[in-house]
Amino acid sequence: MRIERRLRQPWWLTIVVPVLSIVVAFVLSAFVLLLTGHPPLRSFHRLFDAAFTGNGALSESVVSATPLAFTGLAAAVAFRMNLFNIGGEGQLYAGAIMGATAGLLLAGSPSPLIFAAMIAAGAVGGALLAAIPAILRAFFSTNEIITSLMLNYVVGLVLEYLIFDSHSYLRDTSGFEANVFPQGKTLPDEATWSSWNIHGLVLPLGFVLSIAVAGFVWVLYSRTRFGFEVQVIGDSVRAGRYAGMRTRRKILAVMCLSGAIAGLGGASQTGDFRHQLDPRGLRSANYGYTGIVIAALARYNPFAVVLVALLLGGLQNAGFTLQGADFPAGLVGVMQGLILFCALGGELFVRYRVRFAW
Amino acid sequence: MDFEAAAGEVHALLGENGAGKTTLSNILTGLYRPDEGHIELFGEHVEFNSPRDALDAGVAMVHQHFRLVSPFTVAENVVLGDHRDVGRSFFLRPRAIESRVEELSQRYGLAVAPRARIWQLSVGEQQRVEILKALYQDARILILDEPTAVLTPQEAGALFETIRAMAADGRTIIFISHKLHEVKAVADQVTVLRRGQSVATVPIVDATPRSLASLMVGHEIEAGRRQDGGQEPGEAVLELDEVWADGDRGVAALRDVSLTVCAGEIVGVAGVAGNGQRELAETIVGMRPATAGKVRVRGRGIRNGDPRGAIGAGVAYVPEDRLGTGVAPGLSVASNVVLKAYREPPASHGPILRTRRIRELAERVIERYDVRTSGPHVPAWQLSGGNLQKVVLAREFSGEPVALVAAAPTRGLDVAGIETVHSYLREAAERGVAVLLISEDLDEILMLADRIAVMYEGSIVGERDARVATARDIGLLMAGGEDGD
Repeated sequence: MRIERRLRQPWWLTIVVPVLSIVVAFVLSAFVLLLTGHPPLRSFHRLFDAAFTGNGALSESVVSATPLAFTGLAAAVAFRMNLFNIGGEGQLYAGAIMGATAGLLLAGSPSPLIFAAMIAAGAVGGALLAAIPAILRAFFSTNEIITSLMLNYVVGLVLEYLIFDSHSYLRDTSGFEANVFPQGKTLPDEATWSSWNIHGLVLPLGFVLSIAVAGFVWVLYSRTRFGFEVQVIGDSVRAGRYAGMRTRRKILAVMCLSGAIAGLGGASQTGDFRHQLDPRGLRSANYGYTGIVIAALARYNPFAVVLVALLLGGLQNAGFTLQGADFPAGLVGVMQGLILFCALGGELFVRYRVRFAW
Repeated sequence: MDFEAAAGEVHALLGENGAGKTTLSNILTGLYRPDEGHIELFGEHVEFNSPRDALDAGVAMVHQHFRLVSPFTVAENVVLGDHRDVGRSFFLRPRAIESRVEELSQRYGLAVAPRARIWQLSVGEQQRVEILKALYQDARILILDEPTAVLTPQEAGALFETIRAMAADGRTIIFISHKLHEVKAVADQVTVLRRGQSVATVPIVDATPRSLASLMVGHEIEAGRRQDGGQEPGEAVLELDEVWADGDRGVAALRDVSLTVCAGEIVGVAGVAGNGQRELAETIVGMRPATAGKVRVRGRGIRNGDPRGAIGAGVAYVPEDRLGTGVAPGLSVASNVVLKAYREPPASHGPILRTRRIRELAERVIERYDVRTSGPHVPAWQLSGGNLQKVVLAREFSGEPVALVAAAPTRGLDVAGIETVHSYLREAAERGVAVLLISEDLDEILMLADRIAVMYEGSIVGERDARVATARDIGLLMAGGEDGD
């Protein structure tokens, strides 16, 4: 058996292979379900129902998918230039901190102003944090994977400090209970982001924003000079320098854009969903790391990122809903893992072909 | 393909790129298996299934790119591929290996310290280690693949003596080259390959460079020399004024280089590889900052270390490293065609790319320069070397340059590709472009250039008018010899 690089990649492969990968993942999941004594088809049906078709299920899944779409887009934007921003997690925290601060500060102002301020603050927070590994990479050739990853822990601890270990502006200090069980100050009602109800499907502002960002990224990367430069530098830095591109500036710009998108995710978490700075909730969700996987599955295509985020968000949501003795939450994790494994393994068949020769 | 070499003989394999020299040696060393036919060694039929088999039978090869482990010592590298006595034991016995290496190196004049580490050695010394490796394994047949490509003329001279000594010991040396004078200097017999066939095997005493060259190319070639004299050069376009620059290791690689190229003139820069030619090209086009001195285009200084400054001043650049610098390999042919022009109309309008215009531009280039590809969307890495170079040249010429820096523009191309590149360079000069041709191929420079500058250890050690320069004179300068005037 030999594996050789494909000279031509037929266009249909990029569709058939991922679809087949997911089918294979479900077949493997079926084995796992059988082994654990669950009827596979009925389990899939329940899962699908809880994720998408059930009453209000899709709306719930959209809420779960929103932060994943942002972190997925953030990763895709940077990875396209071979810039490995692993810091989406921390940049999302930074966006949440900034977004919550803006929402609290502007209490009493008209809602649209608060929304705009929270969005801007979230983006700036994420971008500023991403600027640190960006500057280190551009001017000192530091490995951005390590620096951006390490900053996740730093910001994670800052997040906890703000709520658990200090009397910060963001912490709720109003009553006795708040001192025993520390939590973030609740945002004013006017800072709750709008949502739109379309025939029973609730679309929060954050999700709509993520689609807008996906559109922006698509145009930016496929139709502009900026995107062209990103493609060239991502393929070969030397070719970029040769063509007179300013590679340092591009590193700064792309990293900050990536951080800003992750930061938007943090602001949206605060405005759409949590309405306070919630360190435990944010830290346990692992949005940033899941986003990296989503970007890889979506082959860095921004619209595909939103779709994959919906799929994984739906699975997550179904996991919460069905959690119980007859459907352990771990099963959803196993399925997610299998989907990722098959999808990334399937990549091999897009780029290479396997020949059987003896 | 028939081929035969006797014991104790230096047998040269002569042929152009792609003639089959490397394939033949890969078959002899067991890397490839022949589809048909067989190999006989000392009268015995042999079959090699792996390089190991070939090595056991006494066939060893010194590759162009060395197979050495750089943090290891010479002795350790020598014993590395060995699976008999010392190499086979669990414990290394460095003293025994070192003394054997010492003995071999003295016997064949391969001066190298057995305890030195590979990274400390010069390229020439590393090659000696490769030869020692083969000798240590008692190779009776030694294949040397273009061994002089990386050597200075002095080192090459020493290598030839080693080759002679090995042959005198009854070993067979197969010497692969495309340089006629080397073959003439060292070989006893020469086999000329052309398109996968052995065209002729002749004793070297009966061969003349001219007869060999015609066998190689397949027709009588003109002694290449620019006879037309060209047009009178115009005003000075590209000027270097006492330029210094550092190499990749931080040591000065360009030392006080001053050079002028005029409009319509081709100036050739000759030299053995690694004497600052790459740094010269990169400094002119701004990819390497000059530490001192000035580069001027049409009298105006260009910004130091800024490729865009050079592009803006009209300096086109055909880089030595095609795939990776000259083109972005993963991007489409169309993208690579507009690699520099994407900033301006018609390829873009403000910040927006005009993808249809870009495709049209690429289609035009593909047609006009006869690029063999199935379309503008094909990723560049799929193109052959010659077609890739056409894309690069097309792009560089489309910018209407005033000066062109071409570094090793024909490296790795076949005869037709070389012809094409040469004709483009001549055409550019006729249109009044100042062309700086940097090449390790002296014949190419003698054929194209109006003026020849020779680089040695980062400096220009001499300039000659191409009409009166002789290969010997230039060769002497390249080797760091005295200025022959």
